[in-house]
Amino acid sequence: MRRDAGGDGAGRVSTPLLEVQGLRKAYPGVVANDDVSFSARRGEVHALLGENGAGKSTLVKTVYGLLRPDEGRMKLDGRVYAPASPHDARQAGVAMVFQHFSLFEALDVAENVALGMEVPPPMRELATRIRDVSETYGLPLDPNRLVGTLSAGERQRVEIIRCLLQDPQVLIMDEPTSVLTPQEVAILFETLKRLRAEGKLILYISHKLEEIRALCDWATILRHGKVTGSCDPRQKSARELAETMVGSELALPAARTQDPGEVALSIAGLTATSGAAFGTELKGISLDVRRGEILGIGGVAGNGQDELLAVLSGESRSPPESVLLGDLPIGSFGPNERRALGVLAAPEERLGHATAPDMSLVENAALSGRRRMGMVRRGFVNWSKARTHAESVIERFDVRVPGAGSVARSLSGGNLQKFVIGREILQQPDVLVVNQPTWGLDAAAAAAIRQSLLDLASQGAAVIVISQDLDELMEISTRFSALNEGRLSKPRDTAGLTLEEIGLMLGGAHDLEIGLAASRPGRAVEAGEPVP
Amino acid sequence: MIRLERRPAPSRAWAWATPLLAVLATMVAGGLLFAFLGKDPLLVIRTIFWDPILGEFAFYYRGQLLVKAGPLVLIAIGLSLGFRAGVWNIGAEGQYIMGAICGAAVGLAFYPLEARWLIFPMMVLAGGLGGFLWAMIPGILRTRFNTNEILVSLLLVYVAEQILAWMALGPLRSPDGAGFPGSRNLRHYDAAANHELIAGSGMHWGVVAAFIAVILGHVLLSRHILGFNIRLAGASPRAARFAGVNPGLLVLTCLGMSGALAGFAGLFEVAGPAGQINIDFNVGYGFTAIIVAFLGRLHPVGILLAGFLMALTYIGGEAAQATLGVPAAAIQAFQGMLLFFLLALDVMTNYRVRFDVRARA
Repeated sequence: MRRDAGGDGAGRVSTPLLEVQGLRKAYPGVVANDDVSFSARRGEVHALLGENGAGKSTLVKTVYGLLRPDEGRMKLDGRVYAPASPHDARQAGVAMVFQHFSLFEALDVAENVALGMEVPPPMRELATRIRDVSETYGLPLDPNRLVGTLSAGERQRVEIIRCLLQDPQVLIMDEPTSVLTPQEVAILFETLKRLRAEGKLILYISHKLEEIRALCDWATILRHGKVTGSCDPRQKSARELAETMVGSELALPAARTQDPGEVALSIAGLTATSGAAFGTELKGISLDVRRGEILGIGGVAGNGQDELLAVLSGESRSPPESVLLGDLPIGSFGPNERRALGVLAAPEERLGHATAPDMSLVENAALSGRRRMGMVRRGFVNWSKARTHAESVIERFDVRVPGAGSVARSLSGGNLQKFVIGREILQQPDVLVVNQPTWGLDAAAAAAIRQSLLDLASQGAAVIVISQDLDELMEISTRFSALNEGRLSKPRDTAGLTLEEIGLMLGGAHDLEIGLAASRPGRAVEAGEPVP
Repeated sequence: MIRLERRPAPSRAWAWATPLLAVLATMVAGGLLFAFLGKDPLLVIRTIFWDPILGEFAFYYRGQLLVKAGPLVLIAIGLSLGFRAGVWNIGAEGQYIMGAICGAAVGLAFYPLEARWLIFPMMVLAGGLGGFLWAMIPGILRTRFNTNEILVSLLLVYVAEQILAWMALGPLRSPDGAGFPGSRNLRHYDAAANHELIAGSGMHWGVVAAFIAVILGHVLLSRHILGFNIRLAGASPRAARFAGVNPGLLVLTCLGMSGALAGFAGLFEVAGPAGQINIDFNVGYGFTAIIVAFLGRLHPVGILLAGFLMALTYIGGEAAQATLGVPAAAIQAFQGMLLFFLLALDVMTNYRVRFDVRARA
């Protein structure tokens, strides 16, 4: 798949502008980039494609001088390139437009641009230059407007123009369309095409297949920190791209022969707005989960996972009839009313959501177990019952701690996660919802948690696992579905799913929506990247 | 290079040592301050900390100790519940004033009826209710309109002071007062008076209430689910929501409890040591109680000790002003240092100091 020097189909013969060789960057517990190599030329829009956590952001942050690689080297225009800071990168002609903007709302466009410059020219001159650049590249923008009055797309233009004024050779764009309307996407693509025609290199990060097929000349595909392929995306189908992105080593499950039980919990046509600032709106979610099965919900982080968990746990209330436990409408019930009925949940964020960091495991056991474990009588907490519960979780789930009196934040991620999951499982739930149960855990801890979820289901509980780890979902789930931009695809039996179908469900082009995906802007916010 | 390293778990030893070290550091820094003012630092510090308890005139000061510590502890217990939950009631002074006005108004309304069994309990209830309702203003504004309870409760102190002045000059002014501002003196009205329970001890119903509040506060925080919810909400708001805590209700509960306790303190003060509603009724107990709450580590028993310590600096400070001519501002600075050093040393509970001999390669 790798191109020979100057031998690809598009017939470009110039030497690579940017060469990356054997780049490695490891964080404690995770290797974000492992022996990553690629090269990119002038006049090219070069996609870095991959799922969340694949290492795209780490890679471009290294190129932009924000991170220093553990191993490997880079060359820019044939010369050794090792930026110690973004300042060095800019000096060398590398600019980056971030996913989240750093602009002052109370200042106007020109002032914001001046703030980002090493030596800003006089304001009048700068305003003229901004007008010139915005006209040249088809980015309508008035330098005197206050940034506070601009749309997300216009703010992105400020960032782009700020970069273009430095006349960069390489422009890095991190998930640029995630905040744009379709019209703004069209304008952005026109601009990027003009830049390409001028001979600039654009490194374009995305996980949206259709977008990349429409815009990019070449794609380097990453998975779990490694390059798994590179190709001309225009020559490949969305399906083939998805397969490379998802990974061909994905083990597809054999047919499962167990009989599905009755429906334990169902959601019908639920639409819910998010309370959070960068939250995702849930749109027309429908699902049901049966006793004895694990429903796996895949998808890239920020597509409504947190919101879906909140709707199921009772932290977000919804119309009563929208969530049914058997026949009982529970949409308006709070977390403790649902716990009393056997609906338990384990959120993704272990510290600060599932547990209070500075409280002991005994107190954290009472946090979710107070109702079902009979820890409260007449308003008074029976702490010895809470301690017993905490200690049995520690023993049964092999949580390695000095004792139940340890505070939650003193535990390692894996141990705390075992505690969080065990705390709910020992309450014998009828329905258990977990979000990212094995995120950031080592293989042994992850396997233990998966096994405990499988055991729970085999005892007749209904389990919903929300996860970004496809291998995990393929391993344990009975049926599979994917969240994308707040929509949930129709659940399918995991047994018999093809890679193509999984890729399409995940990539934002699920079922019959392939054609639409290119024009519809995503709202995916990359939250799960392994950044320290 | 010196750097701070976060401890894996908060240090219990430091949590208890910091108040003592803060007192010591305050004595040292305060001693320097007094020395700069040309006073003998040892003499001033002895006058503040030693004489009121064991000095020649201690028989007089000891009673004052309870009189001053009572309202401080009572208010601080209420505040600490909110502070534990991350609800910042800074306006206890206003709730204290409104409690005093409401309680005194009920007592004065019955004047000169002699039915203590009825009148005094009703005054206590009215006092608590006055403080409670005044605290509900920032509470409801926060839960309904997301205003900042720090600002609203603080600004309402100044409103309460205006109401106090109006009451002293208008509706509650004594008909027998020859036109001077101020209500009738409740100490001269037996059915409504909050007399000393043991002569010369300073012990009155407000001090009893403070002790009860310490015990109930301790039980609430350590054993009751509401206390757990309060601690949980303060430690981690998201985890509290996950645990099923209703954040709005918790805000109202915390503000209501602290307001009611401040109201009680106001009533016991106006019916006892102060005696009457007057323009200068409030002397800052509601603000000092904030220091007391933190000095006592937001722990009921700690607050009890801190209340006595603060009362001591007040009484000793007054003695130092009277006998040694130390300026009042210097005494206030001295009290302020106590909170400053406490907060500064507090860092040690969660962090430890590391000395790097050489920068790491």
